[in-house]
Amino acid sequence: MEAIWIIAVGSLIAISCGLLGSFLVLRKMAMVGDAISHAVLPGIVLAYLFSGSRGTIPMLIGAAALGVLTTLLIELFYKQAKLQVDASIGITFTWLFAIGIILISLFAGQVDLDQDCVLYGEIAYVPLDLWIIGDFNLGPRTLYIAGFMLLVVLFIIVRGYKGLFLTTFNEEYASALGIKVAFWHYLLMSSVSLTTVISFESVGAILVVAFLIVPPATAYLLTNQLKSMLWLTALFAVLSSVFGYYLAVLINGSIAGAMASVAGILFVMVWGYTVLKRRVEREGGNNQADNLA
Amino acid sequence: MNDTIRFLSFTDPNVRYVVLGSMILGATAAMVGCFSFLRKRALVGDAIAHSILPGVCLSFMISGEKDPLWLILGAIFSGWLSLLMIDGISRTTKLKSDAAIGIVLSVFFGFGILLLTTIQHSGNAAQAGLDKFLFGKAASLTKDDIMIFSGIGLFLILIILLLYKEFKLISFNPEYAKVIGLPVKFLEFLLATITILSVAVGIQAVGVVLMAALLITPASGARFWSDRLGIMIIIACVFGAASGFLGSYVSYIAPAMPTGPWVVMALSVLTIGSIWFAPKRGVFSKWRTFWKNKDQILTENILKLFYHLGEADGNFETARSFQSLMESDRFRAYDLGKGLRKLKKRNLIRKKDGQWFITASGLKEASRIVRLHRLWELYLNQRLKLEPDHVHNDAEAIEHIITPEIEAQLASELDSPTEDPHASKIPYPTQS
Repeated sequence: MEAIWIIAVGSLIAISCGLLGSFLVLRKMAMVGDAISHAVLPGIVLAYLFSGSRGTIPMLIGAAALGVLTTLLIELFYKQAKLQVDASIGITFTWLFAIGIILISLFAGQVDLDQDCVLYGEIAYVPLDLWIIGDFNLGPRTLYIAGFMLLVVLFIIVRGYKGLFLTTFNEEYASALGIKVAFWHYLLMSSVSLTTVISFESVGAILVVAFLIVPPATAYLLTNQLKSMLWLTALFAVLSSVFGYYLAVLINGSIAGAMASVAGILFVMVWGYTVLKRRVEREGGNNQADNLA
Repeated sequence: MNDTIRFLSFTDPNVRYVVLGSMILGATAAMVGCFSFLRKRALVGDAIAHSILPGVCLSFMISGEKDPLWLILGAIFSGWLSLLMIDGISRTTKLKSDAAIGIVLSVFFGFGILLLTTIQHSGNAAQAGLDKFLFGKAASLTKDDIMIFSGIGLFLILIILLLYKEFKLISFNPEYAKVIGLPVKFLEFLLATITILSVAVGIQAVGVVLMAALLITPASGARFWSDRLGIMIIIACVFGAASGFLGSYVSYIAPAMPTGPWVVMALSVLTIGSIWFAPKRGVFSKWRTFWKNKDQILTENILKLFYHLGEADGNFETARSFQSLMESDRFRAYDLGKGLRKLKKRNLIRKKDGQWFITASGLKEASRIVRLHRLWELYLNQRLKLEPDHVHNDAEAIEHIITPEIEAQLASELDSPTEDPHASKIPYPTQS
């Protein structure tokens, strides 16, 4: 039963991250996702300190504030100070992440988070935190939070499909049609920050990045259609969670680390497949050309 | 407090080694980072740093000990592998380099975490302290380790100094470097290896997670102080060394603290401070110049208005009410009020009984601007053969910029003309 709970939570988180990440990859903003997932840390720690609990709502508020702050800082360094965008991203998130780690070590007694958990989460403890009403065991609490998050992400993508689609592929055309480009940009960014925070406890900062970027990138290699890319992303997300869990059990290591490794293996397999396929096609094409000649 | 004194007096030989070592590592990374920064590869450093973790873990699994040379070998191996993968992904697929960096960074790091936790759970006693690679711990390094790591750091600095010109050229203009026959491929390989090595030694002090900052942040901050690469590198090295110093200090007085975040904190404060406050290129300085220019244009335009009104009634000394100035329809009331106050402070305009007058020095300044405007209109009309009704807007902008030298040149070029294309008189200062 434990295995199922962990795999279920892992899959739900991976799907939510992957669906949002698809848009980040297509918008060439993968590293902004990386930055946000690091930068929300001080927000989470401050929320712990002020609310004194692991409550989800204060954490969401703290993280949303930091997510917006990150985007603003990057834009400030980039637009006002004319710093390269890469460097703006790098400075901003390392700084905020460092503040988060310093806060954690300063208030180690009051904050129920440690440095390792920040990096690779505690998905192994998911089955320990059960939601029990009366005598009724409803399963792990995290499962409901992750499930609700996936519903929100799905709602945003289904209802906002047209806006997200158009602003992703053709910003000028979208704004010519009167679609608010900035609105969809910030909606996406704040969804990414919120998803990051909820995933944070389970899989940690770096592995959120793996879930945000790797499954969508894998799917993108196989298709040019946004819809099939989203479906494939979900498939790769689930596969990474299932095989990742058993890999971790096999060699007795971090579950989240193993899930990221499997996502990477899947990517390399698909990458190899596309390279081979292209080579075969090219040779086939050459043969045909020879035949014609 | 006693700890601070003991730390700063360097009586403890261990402190001396740790401090000096951290400073060298900080300076090395900062120097290398300047080249990454200029080649617009700031985030590649981040990917290398994260990717080194599995290499370090693997070499530990193979050798069974924390021998620094083995660890560095593992680091070079996985660092190079990550660079090749990033390059391969962005070359052979439709994914862009940012996605390639993100994939390599997160997967390598995830794999590293998997190995690290496996080693930790294996109960091998020698692994204790391997997790210090995550966030860094300068003070826990032994004297021998520090000697090796700082030795490598100094060696890297030496190579960069020796090949400074070549590296500078491939950073700024690789095509030109190729044309003049430099081995660009080899130099790029060398620079990448230096970057990986500097990351491998730097993580001893700050850890893999925040290592990127040690490369990118000092270079970014230094960029705001100078346009010259040499000076930029020196400033970056000072930033790096200063933060290495702070990191080892924190490590000494608060043994439970990881050093990496403090090093990054110090660096970020220095760099973000530079971004805001640096003279000329800093954000505040840019804003100040912007507002100063805006004020200059506003006040000069108001003076010009006085001149035009005076020219129209043939009397420059006439009193003007705020209302009559507003009638020109050229200013918002708020701006006009502000501009008049500024002009009054500079004694270019007087106020009496709620009426405004232009002073003698104000009139001199006003005629200077009108003269520049009309000289320029004439120049455009005569030399560029523009129609007289097309030249006004251009002159309106340039009149605030022309220097006395250019003015003299214009006047001599046009033989000190007396009338502009609209047959208005060009005012010259009266010889007195």
